[in-house]
Order: sequence, then structure tokens, then C-alpha cells
Amino acid sequence: MEKYETHTHDVIVIGAGGAGLRAAIESSAQGASTALVCKSLLGKAHTVMAEGGVAAALANVDTKDNWETHFKDTMKGGKMLNNWQMALYHAQEAPERVRELEYWGALFDRTKEGRINQRAFGGHTWKRLAHVGDRTGLEMIRTLQEKGIHSGIDVYMECTITHLIKDGDRVTGAFGYWRESGKFVLFRANAIILATGGVGKAYKYTSNSWEYTGDGHSMAYEAGAELIDMEFIQFHPTGMVWPPSVRGILVTEAVRGEGGILTNSEGERFMEKYDPERMELSTRDVVARSIYTEVEQGRGSPHGGAFLDVSHRGADYVKRKLPSMYHQFMEFADIDITKGPMEVFPTTHYVMGGVKVDGETCSSTVPGLFAAGEVAGGMHGANRLGGNSLSDLLVFGKRAGAGAAAYASGKSHAQVSAELVEGFANELREPFNNTQGENPYTIHQDLQDVMQLYIGVFRTEENIQEGIDKIEVLKQRAETLKIEGSVMFNPGWHLCRDLKSMLIVSEALARCALARKESRGAHSRVDYPESDDEVLGKLNSIVSFKDGAMDVATRPIVEMPEELSKLFTEDK
Amino acid sequence: MSVAKLRVFRGDAQGGEEKEYEVPVDEGMVVLDALFYIQANYDGDLAIRWNCKAAKCGSCSTEINGKPSLACKTRMDTFAEGETITVYPIKAFPVIKDLVTDVSWNYEVSKKIPPFTPAEDTEWIMYQEDVERGQEFRKCIECFMCQNVCHILRDHNRKDAFAGPRFMIKIAEREMHPLDVLDRREFAREEAGVGFCNITKCCTEVCPEDIHITDNGIIPLKERVVDKYYDPLSWLLRKIKGK
Repeated sequence: MEKYETHTHDVIVIGAGGAGLRAAIESSAQGASTALVCKSLLGKAHTVMAEGGVAAALANVDTKDNWETHFKDTMKGGKMLNNWQMALYHAQEAPERVRELEYWGALFDRTKEGRINQRAFGGHTWKRLAHVGDRTGLEMIRTLQEKGIHSGIDVYMECTITHLIKDGDRVTGAFGYWRESGKFVLFRANAIILATGGVGKAYKYTSNSWEYTGDGHSMAYEAGAELIDMEFIQFHPTGMVWPPSVRGILVTEAVRGEGGILTNSEGERFMEKYDPERMELSTRDVVARSIYTEVEQGRGSPHGGAFLDVSHRGADYVKRKLPSMYHQFMEFADIDITKGPMEVFPTTHYVMGGVKVDGETCSSTVPGLFAAGEVAGGMHGANRLGGNSLSDLLVFGKRAGAGAAAYASGKSHAQVSAELVEGFANELREPFNNTQGENPYTIHQDLQDVMQLYIGVFRTEENIQEGIDKIEVLKQRAETLKIEGSVMFNPGWHLCRDLKSMLIVSEALARCALARKESRGAHSRVDYPESDDEVLGKLNSIVSFKDGAMDVATRPIVEMPEELSKLFTEDK
Repeated sequence: MSVAKLRVFRGDAQGGEEKEYEVPVDEGMVVLDALFYIQANYDGDLAIRWNCKAAKCGSCSTEINGKPSLACKTRMDTFAEGETITVYPIKAFPVIKDLVTDVSWNYEVSKKIPPFTPAEDTEWIMYQEDVERGQEFRKCIECFMCQNVCHILRDHNRKDAFAGPRFMIKIAEREMHPLDVLDRREFAREEAGVGFCNITKCCTEVCPEDIHITDNGIIPLKERVVDKYYDPLSWLLRKIKGK
């Protein structure tokens, strides 16, 4: 076969968003030779788009806040389906992980006393989100990037990993290609951390970037790891609606955190009907359903959304606290949000489901394979609270880095079979050799239409089944793809493998959605509108690759110890 | 729906040529959408970098009708009906393929800048008015368009001597961090070549984040360097100390 490079490290981290960077920093600090492999240039990962803030019970603004309250908010927001151990570590460790960013040079907005300022967000009892205007993600990724490049990590930019390699049960390497040259590259490692983010590009309207194609989910699945709770995908209540070319781009929850009000075409503040207590700052699943329902029932804005207005806070305040939103609407939609309302509608934003991990070390069910950040499942249960993803990636990025470094320590590298590698290479090159076949862009668009239509905010058995049937047809069509051009920086070719990943995650989403016959968090079944707390609320969905097909099963959730469950009964 | 004509550079390090495409224009559409249309319908292998498509990541820097621009932020309705739109890779960096250039030099420069260094016994109190100067520079999305238009880099290719505006503000940001204790003035002068900047402000004009690169970053940095090297008292002290 054609020549390829080989690199050998103790730990390979795939993905360089917040979780990947934090994991690599920790792995390197533990003395492991660490590589960070990413599809884009460093600092461009999806974390850069996070806006509103990072949730941590620092208690700088609301002094009553503590980890117990953050833990309870997270579990309640997740409809008690969360991996309680992850939610516990997350609540306890987030404050120190945020302060650590400050030690590394981050400049968060300040309180009058000179501490990190915190803002209100949906589902959080207290003002809890540390932030920098509405560009918190950029601040975090720059800080981690800076720390990372001075931490002795080897960074492989614009390098796509396509296959994990195993020796018996254990993961021992990864295979992929350089985007620039199209040449293949093999990484030998004793531990691999997946930090590949989410799956939003399977949908037509999404706040996610091109990288969000479910690579980590699908590679873990193919390597035999279990995925958990894949039916839960978050539709962020407020995405842009108009003009069509920007539909789906995120409108930060900070707009509501800073006092933004939602109204329908009749001028009614409709959240009064759906959650009179929390109103606009209800959890994302509730607000998304409410906007969707208003539009469905004919009370939508001119372009089919709801109105979101923050102009009453005054132009100076809006420009200072929400500068990106101000520019985003001014430049893309000719709308001045200091003067009038925006139009918003739910957009695919975040997958709660993911690789099933142990909360302590982030190890998956496959030895040597770890996962952190959005690609990992369990932490957020059935619905994620805003701000909890940025804290998640810090807390579990660090834990995954430590877990992988400890696992890799003292192990010797396994030999990688040349035959195996040749098989991967042939599979990847196939679209160049096919004389006939489908255009990957066409199938991608068709998949996005299917997911948007059938596996959306509201679901029924009938439409999910129809979605699954259509995904099956797309899988068949995607068997034979054909592309033009050379192997050099060829986006059409890159899409061929990404498409395969998206088809796997789409199928997992749909099959889990079909199996869960109740409504819980972000999973809303019109035919089963109630939550079944006694039976289904105590079961996780488990997806695995069995006998050449996708298997969907359930497994009882791990019960909380009494000292924690007590926290919830004390409330009542 | 109208139809736009785009002439896009297709080629690699060995050279290339413009290729013309016709693209239907929808309301609010941006040049990046037009490039996606070309990929999906004409040439699937057209190379362009992009990530967020919301002007937040700085990946899709190109030269549109000769003007350095983010393709995701350049609306098609800013062009006249029937106007041909040319899309080229940014000029100051070597072409890899089509609209993708080799910007790796920037990452090498970035790594050389001494990192944020707080005192050991720092008390982590900072006030909003003190962090705002740094926050302005930290809005940078690393689109490298300021690097692209800087005469020192674009016309004179002095990448050996001048770090460029992006990294001037990175040095300035560290220097202005309220809790940083390191002195980077020698680095700014000797390694980063702050003296090369002749304040034409092209970088400021092109910045999509409206960062006042020259006024708030480079000029204060130059002043600090001047204070250290050309202040008579400092000069005398240096002579005495033998530094």
C-alpha cells in the first residue's frame, strides 16, 4: 500500500476543543507523552462558539450558592437520568476548574469587588455563570490553547482520525489522514481520549460547525464501546430564523439571562402558560417546546419563530453584555436588537447522549478508550442546563487526562497489523475508485432533511419509524459514493467518512427515540406525553454493535447513595 | 431568485487559474454559502476552511473582490446586480489548495511569546476597568487578516523579523494584564520587531472584531519599549548596571 507516517505516544487525544485541550494538558502534566489531534486549526473548535458562560458554584454574586445546589439543579434539569457520580464531581470541581483558567490568564468579567462575575441562566437556582460578555467560549479556548502550547503537547492540526485500532479488547492506536495532503497517518498509543464533540451536522438547522459529525460516537461504537441515552438531543430554544442562510445560528441564552422576554404574534408573554415560575429562564427543553408549540398553533412571528426582546435593557447595556449578538443580528439580519425584537426558533445544539463512561476516570467500556466533553454521555441526563457544558469539559477533560495517563503508564505499545491498516486505507480511498456512485453532499442534505423532519422536537412512533426507514435507505445509498479531484484538501472526500459517522449516530438517535415510550427532558413523545418516573425514568438506553447490527437495550440507572438522595427529599 | 457569477481561484502551490461558477442567490446569503453551493453542485473538491459560519472562529478569511474578508460575513447583497465576484486565498501566506493557505507560521510565532506569568503570591482580585484593555485584544478570532494586510508581511515578506499585528496585540495583552509580572519589552523589540510597524493602521481597518490594534495595542507597546530603551535615565542605569 502507499506509504504512511507513524507516530507513537502514550496518550492520544482526538479533538482540540475545551475537553480535548484540558485532557491533553492534564495528561502531559502527569508525565505521559501526549498528542493532540484535531480536524481544524488549533483554536477553531466548536467551543469557540460557546457564548453565555461556564456554570460553577463560585458564590461570588449569590453567596448562598454551593455545590449541593448546583448538583440538584443539574440532576433536576436532567430529569434524574444523569449519571449522579458525574453530576456530583461536576458540581464539586467546577469552581476550581474555572479559577484555574484565571490562573492561566483568562480575563472573566468582574464583580464590583474584583471577583469573577456570574450571571443568571435557565434552571440554575442562583447567578452561576462566569462569563466574558457573550464570548465565553472564545476566552476559554484561547486560555486552554495558550496553556496547551506551553505544556509539551505534540499538536497535529488538520488531521482527521477515522478508525480506532484494537489489540484484543484493548485500544492501541488510531488511523486517519492529513486533510492538507490526503496522506495517511498511524498513531500508536496506549490510551486514547475521544473529545470529538457532538453530532449536530446530521440536522438541517443547527448551531453546530462542520466538525460536528459524530466521529467519536461512531468510532467508539465501531470499536465495541457502549453509547448511552442517544435519544436525548438538545434543541436550543433560540436559534436565528431569518434570513434563510443564517437559520439555526445560536442566539445565546444570555439574552434571556440578561432579561430578554419572549412573546408571540399576539404580544402575549407565552412562557406564563408553560412555566409561570421560571418564565424565560425555564430549562431549555421546556422553552424549546413552548416556542415550537406557539408557532405550530399559529402564533408565530412573520418568519415562523417567536419574538425575543432585550431592548428594554437599554442600548449601552445590551452592547456591553451581548456584543456578539448585537453584531450578529446587525450584520446578518439588518436588525438592531437594542431597538427591537429578534425572531428565534429552536435549533439543534447539543447531544446529551454519548459514549458511556465511568465518572471517575472517563474510561469507556473498551479498555484504553476514554471520552470527555460532549462525546461522553451520562453527565446531563435527559436535558442539559446552559453553562454546564463548559464546566463539564473542564472537569471531565482533566479527569480523562489523568485517567488515560494513569492507564497508559507502564504499558508497552502493541504491534499494529499491516493488513488492518491496509484495509482502512482501501476503505477510505474507495470513493476515488468508484466509477459510479452517489454524491456525498446530496446524501448529507437528504439525511439532514430526514433528521430535521422525523427526529425533531416532538416525536411519535409513526414518524420515528418513518425516519428509521429513510435512514436505512440512505445507508444503502451511502455504500457507494463517488467523488472528484485529488486526495489533497478535498472536502468532498472528507465528507464521505463524516457521512458514515453521521449515519451511525442518526440511527442510534432514532432507534433510542423509538424505544423510549415516555416524554422526558429533551425527548418529547406526542404519543406518550407523560414521564414514567417509576419504570422508564430508572432506565438508561444502551446502544452497542452486536452481530453486525445496532442493538438498543436498557439498563437500570445506578442509584444514588442515601446522603445524596436525601438532598432531594429535603426539598419537598 | 437572481444568479450571481463567482470567479474562484482553483489551484495549488504550483499555480492555478480562476474558474467561473453561476450560483443562485437567496435572501441574506453570504459568499460562504455560494462556495458551499459550488461544492455541492459543481466541484466537490473546492477547498476552503470554515467552522462556525457566524464570524466567531476566523477560519474563512479570503480575498473577495481584492478585499480581505471573512466569507461567512460577506453578504451577496453587497454586490451590484450582475457584478462578478472574485474569491482568492489570502495573499500573505503560501497557497496549499484553492482558498486554503499555509498559516502555520502564525502558530510558530504564537508559541514564542512568553506566557502569562503571575506573581507567586497573587491575590486574584482584578477590577473591570483594569481587565477591559486586555479583553479588547482577547476578542481576536485569529482570522489572520491583519497579518495578511500588513505591509511588512504582505509586501516585504519580513516574517523573519516582524511578528505581525496579531501578535503585537498578544504581547500587549500580556503586558497590560493587571496581574502579570513579566517584562516582555525586550522580546517585543528584539524578537517580535515592534519597531518595524510604521502605523499605517491597515490592520485595524480590516479587523472583523473592531479591535483598535494600532491605537490601543501597538502604539502603547512602542511607547513602553521606548521608555525602556530610549529614556535617558534608563539608559544611564543600564550603562551603570552593564545591561
